[in-house]
Amino acid sequence: MGRYILKRIFAMVFVVLGVTFLIFTILYFTPGDPARMILGADATDAEVLALRAELGLDDPFLVRFFTYVKQVFIDFDLGTSYVNNRSVSSEILSRFPKTFEVAILSVVFAVVIGIPLGIMAAVNQYTWKDNASMVVALLGVSMPHFWVGLMLSLLFALKLGWLPASGFGGIEYLIMPCLSIGLGGAGGIARQTRSSMLEVIRQDYIVTARAKGLKESTVIYVHALRNALIPIITQVGNMLGVQLGGAIVVESVFSIPGLGSYMVSGIKSRDYPAVQGSVLFVSIVFGLVMLLVDIMYAFADPRIKAQYQRKRRKG
Amino acid sequence: MEAKKTAVKTKKDSMLLITLRRLAKNKMAMAGLAFILVMVAVALLSPWIAPYSYDAQDLEHVFSMPSKEHWFGTDNLGRDIFSRIMYGGRYSLRIGFISAGVAALGGITLGSIAGYYGGRADTIIMRVLDVFQSVPSLLMSIAIAASLGPGFTNCIIALSVSTMPAYARMTRASFLNVREMEYVEAARSINASDFRIIWKHVLPNAISPMLVQATMGVASGILGAAALSFLGLGVQPPEPEWGAMLSAGRNYIRDYWHVVLFPGITIMLTILSLNMLGDGLRDALDPRLKN
Repeated sequence: MGRYILKRIFAMVFVVLGVTFLIFTILYFTPGDPARMILGADATDAEVLALRAELGLDDPFLVRFFTYVKQVFIDFDLGTSYVNNRSVSSEILSRFPKTFEVAILSVVFAVVIGIPLGIMAAVNQYTWKDNASMVVALLGVSMPHFWVGLMLSLLFALKLGWLPASGFGGIEYLIMPCLSIGLGGAGGIARQTRSSMLEVIRQDYIVTARAKGLKESTVIYVHALRNALIPIITQVGNMLGVQLGGAIVVESVFSIPGLGSYMVSGIKSRDYPAVQGSVLFVSIVFGLVMLLVDIMYAFADPRIKAQYQRKRRKG
Repeated sequence: MEAKKTAVKTKKDSMLLITLRRLAKNKMAMAGLAFILVMVAVALLSPWIAPYSYDAQDLEHVFSMPSKEHWFGTDNLGRDIFSRIMYGGRYSLRIGFISAGVAALGGITLGSIAGYYGGRADTIIMRVLDVFQSVPSLLMSIAIAASLGPGFTNCIIALSVSTMPAYARMTRASFLNVREMEYVEAARSINASDFRIIWKHVLPNAISPMLVQATMGVASGILGAAALSFLGLGVQPPEPEWGAMLSAGRNYIRDYWHVVLFPGITIMLTILSLNMLGDGLRDALDPRLKN
């Protein structure tokens, strides 16, 4: 297992280098002059040219790329933002906890709503309960997150006044953004849970479990759900990975100062160091979450755990 | 010879027919298909059937609530929202269908090469896809859209590129199963060209998961376009793409909820229909569910 994790982390280094190259290339071809953006429309051309030279924007593509790679991977420095001169890494670290809170609570909402909904549908296949839960799940995956956010804030903030419409602070600020992301996730998880449970429920060991007189709830939650868990873990892990990269649009709806809004404003203001740094960070987090998902498989399924152990014995 | 040809042809048609017949039995899928066809027809015919033009302003009647004259009310410039939604389908649906089509075509091509040839081609393609997939796809489309600049075509390019890896990965996985089949070996033994083997033997037997993915891909294309427009990176005003309508209306939501409600419901119903069709297609193509 340890060797497998090391191998995966080693592979990630190359993916991260690739991401650096990719995002660097995309930004290189993005029109708009960061120097002009920083100095504003009043600056003279000479001032703009001087700043371009200072930022190294006139260097050839490869020189700029390798300078950046050296700065990031050897000096471990993500640079400073063009816009407010703050260090990109400290900005990311101060924003990430907010994104983290939003992501975790959204996933919790999605799991708490999605898994029971999917189980209910699978256990009562082809009944009205099945149909009703699947319609709810389908609606969940069909609504744009930000629209759900707007509708929730219309109802609970602007009309009823129960929750704050935007900003960031206590748990009351988190409920609407996380619910608007979580509902979509819940739909996807419910659909996955249903199909995965349906495959398991017809297996012989479920019949055996029933035949030896176990309570139906034990049969469903212990024997069936545990075996149906792997695709569900994949789905949940994927959602967590994506959300840890910042709830890009929902952050804009609720003015949450997280990673997503940092990246969007960075892209809009041509703040190259900010965008490069945060995309790099997001891809590392995403890779780590996916690795975590693979490790979780081993805990959910003893067969996979056994595979790792066998490999170790061989190697 | 002639008889043999027709025999082969009939057999091919019947496989397709079986799938279509099973699909036709699925009420949810047919309801979805019907709704999509209506939306497409409305979008195509909008210049003739819409009650108002999408950019006809009526500054004396801004923010009218839904009424007999304006079914869905009017927006901040007095434009009829119902008409704008009808016209908007021309943008949203086209973006959805074209981006899914381009992504599927590109992804299936890449996946076929990786899955059929294996070896170095496979390694290179898959490592590049790893890089693309380690950035969340919405973020990827935002970056590409920002780089290309906003607009209809650029929006399609951004969405296609960011969703292409998923098709490639599925195609590759599916090819890895099919390429070991005896009929592929048989084709190879009679010296059929690689292109012929891929096109005639492997692809038809490997393509069903991608058909489902592409149907759902139209839905995610429409959602992605709406998100891009919402951030100001997609289709630009005054063009009535549905996400752009949401983006323009969000500032007035406190007093004029109808500006945001109706475009959102339209997106939701369209995506719902596409997902129902996709689910039906998946069930129809699933051999385990054969009755």
